[in-house]
This record gives sequence, C-alpha cells and structure tokens, in this order.
Amino acid sequence: MEILVCVKRVPDPAENEISIGPDGGDIERDDLVYSVNEWDNYAVEEAVRIAERTGGNVTIVSVDDDEGEEVVRRQMAMGASQGLLLTDEAFEGSDGLGTATILAAAAKNGTYDLILTGAQADDGAAQVGGMLAALLDWPYASVVNLVETNSDGPLRIGREIDGGSQEINEIETPCVLSIQTGINEPRYVGVRGIRKVASIELPVMDAEALGISAETVGTAGAKVRRVDYFVPEQRAAAEMIEGSTEEIADRIVDLLRAQGGIR
Amino acid sequence: MDARVFVYVAHSAGTIDDTALELATAAQRLFPGSSPTAIVAGSGVDAVAREAARSFDEVWKLDTEALAYPNAELLRPLLVKLLTPGSMTLLPHNTFGLDLGPGLAVRLGATYVPDVVDADGLEGTTLKVVRQEFAGQVSAHVHCNVANGAVITIRPGAFPAAQSGSASGQVVDRSTDADGIAARRRFVELIEAETGDVDITREEVLVSVGRGIGDEENLALVEELSEAMGAAVCCSRPIIDAKWLENSRQVGTSGKTVKPKVYLALGISGSFQHLGGVKGNPFLLAVNKNPKAPIFQSADVGVVADLMDLLPVLTEKIRQGH
Repeated sequence: MEILVCVKRVPDPAENEISIGPDGGDIERDDLVYSVNEWDNYAVEEAVRIAERTGGNVTIVSVDDDEGEEVVRRQMAMGASQGLLLTDEAFEGSDGLGTATILAAAAKNGTYDLILTGAQADDGAAQVGGMLAALLDWPYASVVNLVETNSDGPLRIGREIDGGSQEINEIETPCVLSIQTGINEPRYVGVRGIRKVASIELPVMDAEALGISAETVGTAGAKVRRVDYFVPEQRAAAEMIEGSTEEIADRIVDLLRAQGGIR
Repeated sequence: MDARVFVYVAHSAGTIDDTALELATAAQRLFPGSSPTAIVAGSGVDAVAREAARSFDEVWKLDTEALAYPNAELLRPLLVKLLTPGSMTLLPHNTFGLDLGPGLAVRLGATYVPDVVDADGLEGTTLKVVRQEFAGQVSAHVHCNVANGAVITIRPGAFPAAQSGSASGQVVDRSTDADGIAARRRFVELIEAETGDVDITREEVLVSVGRGIGDEENLALVEELSEAMGAAVCCSRPIIDAKWLENSRQVGTSGKTVKPKVYLALGISGSFQHLGGVKGNPFLLAVNKNPKAPIFQSADVGVVADLMDLLPVLTEKIRQGH
C-alpha cells in the first residue's frame, strides 16, 4: 500500500510551559522546544507497520517552513522511504481548510491508497483529516485505534468512541484515517536511524508546484482567524498549599482525613 | 441574522443526549434570537423526536434503518442535501461531531469552527468565539467569516444545558430524503469498554495519576499511597497510551465517568477530556509541578510540588496515622 502521513511540528508539551507573548498575538516562542505532534507520531508508526505487512512505501509530508525538515526526517527514520515538505510564504496563516487544501494538492500529485493524520494537534481542532477526505472525495474515519488490512477489499478499522468503547467499521480505500494515541507503541528513533535517512533527497514544493492559487490559502484565504491569545480569569481557582514537603504533606493528610479520603 | 440554525441532537437508548440541550444554549449565545431546527437521525426515533420537540420549535426526523447506527459517512451527504445553503449547524465536539463536522463544512462550502468553549457575539458576518489551544493552557479569541454559513462544534460541558422545556415543537418527517443513502464506510459492530478487576466508577476515593509521574517504575509510589489511603488507583489518558495501567482505569471522555467523594489528581494537567469524566463535584486535590496547569482552575486545593519528593512523605504520614 502507498501511504501518505501528514505530520505537524509543534511545541513539545512535555518540554514546555506555554506562555503568552508580550502583545498577546502569539505564544512566547523564543525558548520553545519543538517536536512532532504526538498523535502524528502514532500515525507514522501505524503507516510503517501497515507497509511492512502489505508492501509499499510510506511518505511523510508536512506543511512548514525550512524548520520542518528536522521533524520530517525524524519521522522518515521510523521507516518511511520518502518525505515531502510543502513550503511557501503564501501558506503562512492558513486555517484548517487552507492546510487541508495544500495537503490535498500534494496527495493528488501522488498515487496513494491511504492517508493518515493524527487525530488532532496543538490547536485541538481535529479538523484537517476530515477536510482532506472531503476535498479528495475519499471516505473518512476519525479517532482510529485499530487498522487491519486484508489482501483484497476494505480495511477493517476501530474507532474510539466516547466512554472508551470501540466501533468497528469497514472502509473502502483510498481513504483518510485520523489516528488516535495508544493505537501502537511508536518505535524509538536514534541518531543512527536519522543518519540513515539523511542522504535521502527531501523535495520541497511551493504553491506554484502544487498548482494552488495563493489567495485560497494562508492568511489571504483564511475564514478563521485567531485575534489573540489570553489566559481566562480563573473561576474558583484552587486554594494553594505552600511550605516545606513536611508541612505540605501534613496539610494534605488533614484535608484528606476531613473529607473522608483516608479510610 | 437571517441564516437558519440547525442543531444535531445526539441520542442513545431512546433518550436525547446532554449535548443536545447544551447546543440549544450555545445556539442562543452564538445567534441570539434564533429558532434552531433540531435534527434527529436514527432508526425508530419517534420518541426521541418528540422529546426534542419539547426544547426546539421544529424537529426534522430522519428515521431509517440505514441510520440505526450513527455513521457520519452516511449522514454527511444526507445533510448536504437537506441543509439550507448558508445555514449555521451546531454539532457536539465529541467523537461523533469530529467524524462528521470537518467534511460537512467542506461539502457545504461553510466555515468550520471547531471546539467552541464560549461566544463573543456575531457582528455582521463575523462570528466571534473563544477556543482553547495547547491542551487548555491558553485560550484564544477567534473571528470567523460565516458569510457562507458555518459548521460549529461545541465542547461538551462548556455551555449549560437548556432547561428541557414543555413547548410542543413541530416534528417534520424528512425520512424519505434518506432513501437510497450509501457510504463507503460501514458499521460492523460495537465492542464495549471493559470493566476490569476494580470498578473505578463505584469507588469513593480515587488516586488518579497522569503524565507527570514520569516513569512506569514511579507508579509504585502512587500505588503505595493509594493503598495507605484505602483508595483505588485510576489515571488519565497518557498512562493508558503508555500501557502502564489497564484501560479500565482511565478516567475521561474516552474512558470511565467516575463520581467519587475525593479525587486526588497527581501529575494530571487537567484537560477537558479528563475532567469530563469526573462528575459529582468531588473534593479535588491536585498536585502538579507546573503552576500553570489547568487542573488548578478546577481543583479545590492545589499543590505545586515534585511527586517524587512528596509521595513517599505523604504515604509515610498516612501509615503512621493508623
């Protein structure tokens, strides 16, 4: 199977506390550590496992500037034979539909049986996969936590639904699946793995190469625009306990005992 | 505003979902004075449609065997056919809404406005909403051009449920529009979540552990504390994804809904998906090393501390107290 996996470079939630920059227009990005979006990492692992079973290639794609190359190569090192970076000043400020439009153009430029995305990224919108499927007129399934391939015929997939139950579906290919965390255990990528893919050429495509008119994407095409970031006023914020570890522990014991938390 | 407003009414076991009445509230906040049309889709949904008609002036019923299970791939082309161009459609931001919504917006040529937590008003064709990013660490004011309509998903729990009214709205049967619908994705079966060895939904005192515990071996500190307290251990999603605890221990919208009296949250950031599974207003004590963790907005008592330092001391003190 020929598989395309869409990945996004995001501030690493394990490495950063997010704070708002001086004018509120953006978060403070100066000292941020970036990594691949956690959901996308599971999507890449799943794609590599499918390709190992069925044969075929995995291609990693990202809409990003030059900084995106490191993340694309790191994901390639998990077992993808190709990468693709979609870069253009005109792409900056894209909303979800803009990003999906760029990815759809890249998808049409190749011949894929399956496209995987992460179920969501740092903005929590969970939108690009579904939009991509609609733009391509392919069937779609979101929050996928199981993919089984048959030699011939539809995929058998599981969707995670509210309450933790699993909905089993059959879906025809080509299709788009958005992948949920926990579907697999993503493999570790070491320096050696990254070195192995360092010599693979990483094509870069811009709006013209993709046949996208600039006004349909980026800030120009965006119907959804973030005006600023803010920290909401805390409703009923917690009473904070301070002191030495001993003092804190004593206070917690008192509170738990008073609330019936120690039996 | 002249655009027609639609609200998707989710339901299960013959009863409308809490989200439907939350969407009714959200519709009034986003589009004051609108009279939303409820959409009830399924098989054998007369009673659900009548229930929805107590809260909505008009209910469109899509009653067909094909929709016995709510398959977004089947429903999407049907809604594209039925919904008035330029209309505003509200869905819950849950695993159904995010299956249906993004593609529906594309197909309708409408703007997609995902995971709305608050409304800032409508000015002309600009809809102003509040969203959250970075797992709730920051909020954002977002302006959306909705001149060609919008598909809007509303975060469950973000808006209070409207009072279930006693009005008698009109039920309009649009089922024949569903004749011959087909999709390239077919529902096969539902596999129910496991209960596991400990049923955390019945426990009164829960010690809940999240990503902040760092390593699997550190879980022993949590288990020792829980044992000293006479509590049960549960967790947030990252612990399940790492396969450190059984699925049946997960609290959240994608796990169990618990109703304890005391909830001790250790190294849990406090995403809405996690807190969505904590009901019954327990005494919530949170320990996190990040003073900005959103959990401190929901907790009764908060402690900024390193779990590795605090937990052994706390466990020892509780043991001594017995």
